[in-house]
Amino acid sequence: MQKVIESTDISKAFGSTKALNDITFSVDESEIFGLIGPDGAGKTTLFRIIATLLRPDNGEMKVLGQDCITGFKELRRNIGYMPGRFSLYQDLTVEENLNFYATVFGTTVKENYDLISDIYSHIEPFKKRLTGKLSGGMKQKLALSCALIHKPKLLILDEPTTGVDAVSRYEFWAMLAKLRQHNITIIVSTPYMDEAMRCDRVALIQNGLILSVAPPQKIRDGFSRKLFMIKASEKYKLIIALRKYPGTVTAYPFGDSVHVTFSDDRIDESLFRFLSEEGLSNVTAGETEAGIEDRFLELMEKGATA
Amino acid sequence: MKRFLGFVKKEFLHIFRDYRTLFIIFGIPVAQILIFGFAISTDVKNAGVAFLDLSKDETTQKLTDKIISSGFFKRTENLTSYSEIEDIFRKGKTKEVIIFEKNFGKKLQNEGKASMSLIADGSEPNTATLITNYTMAIVSDFNTDISGFKANNPMLIQPEVKMFYNPELKSQHMFVPGVITMILILICALMTSVTITREKELGTMEVLLVSPLRPIQIILGKVVPYFLLSFINVILILVLSWLVFGLSVKGSIILLLAESMLYIMLSLSVGILISTVSNSMQQAIFISLVGMMLPTILLSGFIYPIENMDKAYDLISYMLPPRYFITIIKSIMIKGTGFLYVWKETLVLISMTILFIVMSVRKFKIRLE
Repeated sequence: MQKVIESTDISKAFGSTKALNDITFSVDESEIFGLIGPDGAGKTTLFRIIATLLRPDNGEMKVLGQDCITGFKELRRNIGYMPGRFSLYQDLTVEENLNFYATVFGTTVKENYDLISDIYSHIEPFKKRLTGKLSGGMKQKLALSCALIHKPKLLILDEPTTGVDAVSRYEFWAMLAKLRQHNITIIVSTPYMDEAMRCDRVALIQNGLILSVAPPQKIRDGFSRKLFMIKASEKYKLIIALRKYPGTVTAYPFGDSVHVTFSDDRIDESLFRFLSEEGLSNVTAGETEAGIEDRFLELMEKGATA
Repeated sequence: MKRFLGFVKKEFLHIFRDYRTLFIIFGIPVAQILIFGFAISTDVKNAGVAFLDLSKDETTQKLTDKIISSGFFKRTENLTSYSEIEDIFRKGKTKEVIIFEKNFGKKLQNEGKASMSLIADGSEPNTATLITNYTMAIVSDFNTDISGFKANNPMLIQPEVKMFYNPELKSQHMFVPGVITMILILICALMTSVTITREKELGTMEVLLVSPLRPIQIILGKVVPYFLLSFINVILILVLSWLVFGLSVKGSIILLLAESMLYIMLSLSVGILISTVSNSMQQAIFISLVGMMLPTILLSGFIYPIENMDKAYDLISYMLPPRYFITIIKSIMIKGTGFLYVWKETLVLISMTILFIVMSVRKFKIRLE
């Protein structure tokens, strides 16, 4: 299968800060590729290089078979880019924004309506409304419609669901899944771990380094230890106590519980004794399945100690 | 081409949807023309004048009538003694007191000369100077009238002062070209630089860059609406100054409009250049106002004559486009000269325009860095 994105040893620095460090990965055709990582990991920089907006210092970036530097003119016809910041014209109406982007890309709304109809139908009743007066979820849907209107082969979405409510986020991902049938490759970044499960493959990125690239299920399975979920009435105190406990390897908060790993991969009586000595009550513990977030934290930990 | 038109259409939507932009484009020129025309007028019109006639003979009566009938003055009061002078100035309506000495007419006839005093309200120095100059002009005119009868009397003849190009000393003649020059720089440079940096600030420039639009299309798309609006503005200012102040263009209107178009292009290219070097709207506004507006007002000869400037400022003003345009527009509007007299200035403006356009297209970033 043809590779849509081929990144080889891409590095980029801003002054003395290294934003990206020898990034190598590839994205297949019609794949939803997720880039998961905290703020400041380098996601936006990487996306801007793919979108021909930045030049890498080192390495080679090939998108749709074109080099990102020399082939930028051809590339710009075939990619749809949705920046992290909401970037539509707030003083134009929904319809005017969509028409503008259609004209700029040399097409019409009519021509590609079937592609965006699923998404646009949600906001079409408000097409005469000024974009600045839309809700966050509707703005994102409009931005996605605008990025899709010229039927790009590659869709680049930089944190499209940040600041959007849970229902809209769910709908948004359902739409992305549907776009697959139109042969559109999607590369999307998100700080939300739960969204990673909806991608075909994800790359975990941290401090400009890619920690792991695999299908989300595999990333989860890569978790190297047994994971335990421990609850107590005072969560914060529990974390501190667990981190003090000599057998603990890691202890991270997770919802209303704490995810813990131990050097001997089991819970014994001494732990409960230790915790009650620390003044914690109602302690419950059990084994649990690792999520992608747990694996990510584990990889980060390894990266930090390595 | 369709892409380009779509872009232009979008720009017009931005302008018409933002009433502040519209106000800046059309409200400010009208306001400035009216403010400069009426409030800051340096003309003398119906200035209050009081007479202290200690002679009360035929000659003083004639001279008084001549002064009043000139249209520049309005008699406020007739005084009877010197002690009243201070009081009448305090009241504020009187700007000048004219005093004829005793036996004015007789002295003039017998001795060939007579004295009169002009006392002006010095708290407004400019008005005072103007009023006394006007009065003196009328008196000297009066002298000539009499000397026509008694041509052998040399004492009465005084040099005649006549203004070229602005015989009535109308200040509108001076400021309308200045306002056009300033307004065009303001709208073109400020508005284009702001509209381009606004796209950068909002992040929409990122999307525009990742579109098949070429830099020249983005730049021209930004420029075309403001070019049209500025051109309408020039016509608006000319019509307004004609209707309100009766100021007509002496030279060729077509030449004037063509020169204006050139200057608009120049100002727009300055605006684009500003936008390529600034990253925020505030920065763009600052550069436009401090870098373009102030020098235009102070150094281009709009308010202060270049001839009176220090050598250093004079040299700076050579680098400012408004200087050349003011020269051109004054020549065409007031002197009525043709292209042959302004071709040098025109050539300077053309080369500056080309320079700025080349610089901005080269500096326009096709990427984010």
